[in-house]
Order: sequence, then structure tokens, then C-alpha cells
Amino acid sequence: MNTIIFRTIAPLIVAIMLVFSVYVCLRGHNEPGGGFIGGLIAASAIAILGTAIGPAAARRALHIDPMNIAGFGVFMAAFSGLLSLFTGSPFMTSIWLYLNLGDTTVPLSTPMVFDIGVFLVVFGTIAAIALGLEGDGGERS
Amino acid sequence: MGLGMDASIALVAIAPFVAALLAPLAQRLTKPFAGWVLAAVPLAIFAFLLTLVEPVIANGAVSASIGWVPAYDLNLSFFVDGLSLTFALTISGIGALIVLYSGAYLKGHPHLGRFLGFLLAFMGAMLGLVLADNMLALFMFWELTSVTSFLLIGFDHTRQASRRGAIQALVITNIGGMGLLVGALLVHHLTGTWELSALGDEVRGSGLYGLVLFAFLCAAFTKSAQVPFHFWLPNAMEAPTPVSAFLHSATMVQGGVYLLARTTPWLGGTEAWTLILVCFGGATLLWGALGALRQTDLKQMLAQTTIASLGLSVLLIGLGTEAAIAAMALYFVAHALYKAGLFMVVGAIDHEAGTRDITVLGGLADKMPVTFIGAALASLAMIGLPLTLGYFAKEEMYLGLLAWTWSDIVVLVVLVAGNAMLAGVAMLVMVKPFLGPVLPTPKSPHEAPLAMLAGPILLGVCSIVFSVLTEDLGKYLLVPAASAILDHPVTSHLTLAINPASPLLWLSIATWGLGLLVYRQAATLRTLLRRAEAALGWTADNLFDVVMFGLIRFSAGVTRLLHHGRLEIYLVTVFGALALALTLPMLLLGGYDVLLPTAELGNWSDVLSWPDLRIYEWGVVLLALVGLGSVLLAPNRLVAIMALGIQGTAVALIFLLFGAPDLAFTQFMVEILSVVILALVMTRLRLDERDHRPLEDLARDGTLALVCGVGVSLLLMVVLTGTLDKRLSDLFTATSVPIAHGANIVNVILVDYRGFDTLGEIAVVMGAGMAIMALLRRRKKATS
Repeated sequence: MNTIIFRTIAPLIVAIMLVFSVYVCLRGHNEPGGGFIGGLIAASAIAILGTAIGPAAARRALHIDPMNIAGFGVFMAAFSGLLSLFTGSPFMTSIWLYLNLGDTTVPLSTPMVFDIGVFLVVFGTIAAIALGLEGDGGERS
Repeated sequence: MGLGMDASIALVAIAPFVAALLAPLAQRLTKPFAGWVLAAVPLAIFAFLLTLVEPVIANGAVSASIGWVPAYDLNLSFFVDGLSLTFALTISGIGALIVLYSGAYLKGHPHLGRFLGFLLAFMGAMLGLVLADNMLALFMFWELTSVTSFLLIGFDHTRQASRRGAIQALVITNIGGMGLLVGALLVHHLTGTWELSALGDEVRGSGLYGLVLFAFLCAAFTKSAQVPFHFWLPNAMEAPTPVSAFLHSATMVQGGVYLLARTTPWLGGTEAWTLILVCFGGATLLWGALGALRQTDLKQMLAQTTIASLGLSVLLIGLGTEAAIAAMALYFVAHALYKAGLFMVVGAIDHEAGTRDITVLGGLADKMPVTFIGAALASLAMIGLPLTLGYFAKEEMYLGLLAWTWSDIVVLVVLVAGNAMLAGVAMLVMVKPFLGPVLPTPKSPHEAPLAMLAGPILLGVCSIVFSVLTEDLGKYLLVPAASAILDHPVTSHLTLAINPASPLLWLSIATWGLGLLVYRQAATLRTLLRRAEAALGWTADNLFDVVMFGLIRFSAGVTRLLHHGRLEIYLVTVFGALALALTLPMLLLGGYDVLLPTAELGNWSDVLSWPDLRIYEWGVVLLALVGLGSVLLAPNRLVAIMALGIQGTAVALIFLLFGAPDLAFTQFMVEILSVVILALVMTRLRLDERDHRPLEDLARDGTLALVCGVGVSLLLMVVLTGTLDKRLSDLFTATSVPIAHGANIVNVILVDYRGFDTLGEIAVVMGAGMAIMALLRRRKKATS
């Protein structure tokens, strides 16, 4: 499995997959995609990285423990729901903000923040499980 | 007033909880003065409640209400009448002294801040309990007192005895809490109201009266430690002394008495009520009084007299005459004052002399003169000598029973005997440790600090002041409280004058005389009682242990049965249940009938035709079949896992072809990750390369798999024959873009329409991840 070809190409694949996962996550509101799928793609990327360069090195590349990422994701999703308190509406009422940047309009919204939270949870949890199974038992060595 | 009246009254119950949260911080900031600083909270509540006295006397009651769950028409309502005000004032007043006392008693204890926090939270729960009008709020505060008292009793949690006492108190009082909830729901069902103040005669007249009565008595008797639930109270003495002084004088245990008094207007007055309350109360009075004489530990003696006093209160409520209710109101205050004082004195003795055993204490009066004065004031009130509040309480008790009928005489005898024994115990507590020859103690005794002396002295003085201001006592305490319980105005006839012609005086003298006799013969009585107890050899306390250990064994057995740790059996159970759930109801209820060919179709084999599929669709079906075949024929596990991935991918392709790109997308990722993770798990578990199973296992698993698969397929086919309710999907299609600003309906549902569900789901995902991490780490530890 750990051939030189795989090890050489893996970082490239991982980079493309990570960028693609963010793209999938962000387009989700209007096209097929979303935080869940994006998170799965990103987690697969980390699983590939772990197989190629070893789980310890993959963890170092991540900088943050994947379970912490997952925890932050839950927090972010819940927090996005709390924002509606400032408009006096019930929990998780969506708020939309259209930013005009030159020619284009960038829609920002609390559902988007929520979806990014979902992305982080799925990404963090699956990556943690994959790296844990790949050999280091879930701990930084 | 800056705040509205409603909010202020609500704050009485809520402020202590806030203070409880801040207590550890306050303790850290104000180290030696924590008790003094935090005592300000109950003191402020006491002062605020005092301002309510005049309006309550003028109007009968003050009520307050703030919205709680408006959607269900629930209000957090409070009702302050004479009864609740009497209780609330006593709780907050004694609470302030206890907080002060605790600061000194547990000085230097590493968890003093936590302790004060628990104490304040408990006080808040208790205040909420006596002020609540809404029955659900009452229940909530009732349970909060159980929980906070659990924390207080088990404060010294490294000792097994204190953990046991805490669990026992929690279990017993929670049984009653369930009773209260059932009672509240029944009453709401009968009357349609949650407000205690709105209840009238409906309950007494209904057929469910017996059940309601049972539920409420269950709550009151467990909380107020009536026989046969009395045993938790002495065991709760494992708590630090300030806790006992608070819980067993004016608060926790009086919760049941309060509940009975509160429910008297609409639940009481029936024959069953009188009979049950008088019998249980009388039995508890005698049992507690005899129990007190059996003990040599000062704290245990007081605990047993508390049981007796609770029995006395319940008995008085059961009698329900004007005099009995007035006596109960007076007795509650008198008892709270002297019992809190005595507990604090005992705590001081324990703290300064190092022991609480009455047989080894003596002559402390010289070393601890102020403590002795406190003990004397409290004990005299307990004996019920004139010029103390206890005197009036006792006079009122006897007053209601002078009709000289047989039942009255029996009750009177019980009361005199109980009071005499309590008086005897009071004399023991006052005289034995303080007077007589000086005996050596573990610590060299000296006077307790001011914070520990303030309580007993102040409470003792209060007892005397109240009784001297006889008219005010009647006007501010007796009349409002008794009127509230009886639901009609009563008049006070308290007087300090002693009338030698009245039988009351002679009953009192008989009580004191008998008390003196008990005091003189205490040692003999103790030996006799101990011998009797040994002969009995069995107590309710033992029964509790038997039941609890039985429960633990039972749950261990059930756990072993269900949680045996064999993955194979788990899977068979889960999929067996799934197979049954999928097929059994459909077969029994004829759900599959719609799949049978109808008569108009004629001979169904003639009209059967190959499905009209494109060539690439055939390709996908072929792929799925190849995957399936490879799973079944795979030579080893790895190939089987990969083959399962192929089969899943084919399913994903079908989703893609039939217009569910999101689903297909997710399915692809899930398939890939499943293969990766399954392969990783397999290598970690060091399984055999092949899976050898006996034929019967193969047959069992194969059948289960077939039934599940066929069941799901048939279910889907049945679903497709019916007409789908498309209202929701139409709504989503119509509103997705205009109100949710998203064209991908699946995603919009996930993050917007059903966002709250998703929030729960991702929390579950993370929880599962953490559980898996824990398992992996354990394995690593086990292998390394």
C-alpha cells in the first residue's frame, strides 16, 4: 500500500480534495453539496494523508486535534442559532446579509455558519476515528 | 419600589441560587469573613419579607406571578399568606444565622465556599417551596430541596456513612416527590388549575379523593420522617452540624408539615385525614421520643427529638381544631428556634471539646459560659416553661383536647407522655454536659467564636421576647398563620396570666413532673430501651439496606443478561428485532395485500415484461449484482469488504440516475469511508484472514439477512403503491428559494428548516466519535 507513487501523489490528492471539500460545502445551499458531504470528503483526505505519511505526521499537519475541531464545530453550529437572539426572533431563525463587493454579491447567512459547523464536526470526528485506527490510538505521539 | 412586587417575591426564591453560584468566589475573596458576607443574602430576604407582614395581615395574602411557559398557560406564581410568611421568615432568619455559624464552624475547610453555596441553594429551594402557589413549581422546589440536601448531607463525601446517609435521604424523599407529582397531576386533572390558592371543595368531593390523599401523604410523610419512613433523619446526622441545625429545625423536614398545613383547606377535615394523621403523628411522636432517650450522642438525641416533634406537628394538623392548628403554628416557630439553637450548641461543644457523647461530657459551664446560656435558653423553651414560646405552644395543644371524650383522652395521654419525654431529653442536654463534675475531654474546651454563639443566643432571646409580647405574638404570628391553614379568621386568646383553676396548668405541671422523672431515670431507661432494641433485632434502616442491595443485585443481573459483551449476539438481537418489526406487522395486518395482482389483470404471467431500462442502467444493475455475488463468494474478509463497497457504489449510482445527487454524493463518500474504516478496524483487531463459521451460524445469519433485505424491499414497494402525502415537500419546494434563499432543498432542510434536528445529530456524531476514541485509547493501554 505504501508505495513511492502513492506517497508522492498523496499530498497532491489531499490538497485538491481539501479545496474541493470547501467548495462542496459552500455551494451546498444552491447546488448538490453541503457541510456533511464536504466534511466526509475532507475527512477522507486526512485518512489518505494518514495512510501515506503516517498518522502522527498527519496530525502534525493538521496542527489542531481533530476532536477539538469537531467540538468547535458543534459550538459554532449552536452559536449560529444564538445570533438570532439579537434580532429578537426565536432560536435558529436565519439571518441573511448580502455583501456587495464590486460586481458580485456575496450572500452571508447564519445557515452558512451552521453548515460550516456541520462540516467541522463531520470532518473532525471521522478524521479522528480514521487517524486513531491508523495506528496511534488517538493520541499525539 | 424599584422592582415590581411580582419580581421581588420571585427574587426571594431565586436570589439564594444566584448567591450560591457566587459563594465559592465570595469565599475566596473575603476569606475569614465569608460567613458574615454571605449571611447578608438571607438577612436581606428576611428584611424584605418583614415588609410583607403588614399587607398580609391587612389583605390575608399577597400573590405574585410571572410567566413561565406561557404556551402551556403555566405561571411561576407565588402566594404569600400567613402560613407561608411564617415559614419563609423562619427559614430566612435562621438561614442567616446558620450561614454565619457555618463560616466559623468550617473555618479553614478547603471546600467552605462550596458548602456555603450548597447551603444557600438549599435555602432558595426551601423558600421557593413555601412561597410557591403553582403546584408544578412547588414540586420543582420540593425536588430541589431533596437534591440540595443530598449535597449537604453527603458533603463529607469521603466517609462511607455520610454517603449512605445522603443516598438514603435522597431515595426516601424522592419517593415522596413522585407522590407529590402524582398528586399535583391528579388535582390538576380534577380541577383544571395548577394554583393551590384556587382550590376549593372539588377534591374532597371527588371519587379520586383517596388516591390524591395517598399521594400527598406519601410526600409529606417521607419528607417529614414519619414512622415508618423516619430512619433517614438520624442517618442524615452524618452531615456537618450546621446542616443538621438548618435541615432539621426549620427547613427540609418541615417541608412535609408545611405541605399538610397548606393542603388542609381543600384536602383535610375528612375522617380519613384525621385518623391517618393522628395515628401516624402519635406513633412518630412516641417513637422519636423513646429513640432520643436511647441515644448517648447529643446530635443523635436531638435528631430523634426532631422526629418526635414532626410527629407532634402532624398529629396537631390531623386534629384540625382551631386550638390544634394555632398550637401547630406556634410550635413550628418555637421548635425551629430552640432546635436550631440546640444543634448549634451541640456543634459548638463538638467543635471545642472534641466529643458529643453525653456520658463523657461534664462541667463545661465554667469553660463555655455563653454556650451554656444558649443551651439553657433553648432547653427551657423545649421543656415549655412559662416565658418561652414553647410554653404557649404546649398550652394550645392541650387546650383543644379538653372535651374529655375517649379519643381526646387517648391523644392527650400520648401528648403528655411525648412532651414529658422531650422535656426529659431537654433537661439532659442542658444539664449533663454543662453542670456537675468536670470530665476530661479530647480537646481542652474553651468558648466558641462569636459567629457560633450569635445563633443560639439570638434564637433563645427571640423565644423569650416573642412570649413576653404576647399580644403581638397573637396578632402577627398565630392569627395570620392559623387563619391561612383553616381558611377562616381565628382570634388569639394567648395570655401570660396563669390560672390555677384551669386544667391546662395541671397538665403542664404533670408534663414537667414526668419530664423530671424521665431525667432522673435516664440511665435506667436507656438500658431498658437498648435491651428492647436488641431483642427486636430488626429496624426499618436494615430493611432499606436489604431493598437497596436487592435493587443493585437485580440491576446487575439485568445488565449481565442484556449487556453480555458478545458482539455476535448483539447483532443477532438487533437484526432479529428488525426482521420481526419489518415483516410481522405487515403479515398480521395484511399490509402485503396491495402487492398481490388484482383480478382485472388476468393471468399475471402474461402481462409480465422485462423492465424498460437503458443500457447503462443495466450496467449499474450488473455492477450491483457483481458486488453482491463477490460479497457472498469472497475468499477472505478484505475482499468481502471491498465487494460490499462495490455494491454500495452501485446503489449510489442508482440514486444519481434517478435524481438524488445529494444522496448519491453522500452515499459515495460513506461507501469509501466505510471500506477504509472497516479495513483499518480489521487490521487492528488482528482477525483471521478468513471467517470460518459453523453451518448453523451461516444459516441463522443468512436467514436474518434475507428476511431483513426482503422486508425492506417489500416495505418500500408497499409504500410506493400508496399515494404519498406531498404537502411537506410541496411546501419546501415552494418556499425554499423565497424564504430560505436556497435552491438545494435537501441542504436547506438540513441547515434551516430542520436545523435544530441537525444540531442534535452533529452532537451525537461528536459523542460517538469521543466514545470511539475512548475505546481506541483503552485498547492501546491494554496492549502497551
